[in-house]
Amino acid sequence: MSEKTLTRMDLSDSVFREVGLSRNESAQLVENIIQHMSDALVKGDQVKISSFGTFSIRDKAARVGRNPKTGEEVPIHPRRVLTFRPSHLMKERVAAGNKG
Amino acid sequence: MIRSELVQKIADENPHLYQRDVERIISTIFDEIIEAMARGDRVELRGFGAFSVKKRDARVGRNPRTGASVSVEEKHVPFFKTGKLLRDRLNGKS
Repeated sequence: MSEKTLTRMDLSDSVFREVGLSRNESAQLVENIIQHMSDALVKGDQVKISSFGTFSIRDKAARVGRNPKTGEEVPIHPRRVLTFRPSHLMKERVAAGNKG
Repeated sequence: MIRSELVQKIADENPHLYQRDVERIISTIFDEIIEAMARGDRVELRGFGAFSVKKRDARVGRNPRTGASVSVEEKHVPFFKTGKLLRDRLNGKS
């Protein structure tokens, strides 16, 4: 497995190549898309991108946790967590591409 | 928010782009993420989160209805970990 890490820059490069906008504008669009998705999630909305996957917010109840090192009990406050459910297409592509 | 609403927001902010170009931009980005993971690569979007591939080992599973054992092959699955900034924003910090 190659195990490269892609960043915003790689995504904006692909917009630059595929759509032919300037590098600057491509980078700005990638940023704005991420921003809109984040804002929707922070508002508590689900973000559903067909053929990619669904991001949703779950409320976690308060519970008593434990510091694994010291064994000390620590309260864990209620919090909101983000979960991602990949589309069938993504699961199939990832499974097929990494086979063998 | 669904894909078409995201397209609409970006189109509204960029009146100089055709709607079909905005659709292509958005598809390009999401396709690129899927393609990267299909090659076994990670995609890290600082502040938002990181997409990666996890390996699930082969195991002996069971048909829950009949109880018959079936061998499940090793497979790779997509995984998303929320970024620190977004996690904090979800909980009202920063």
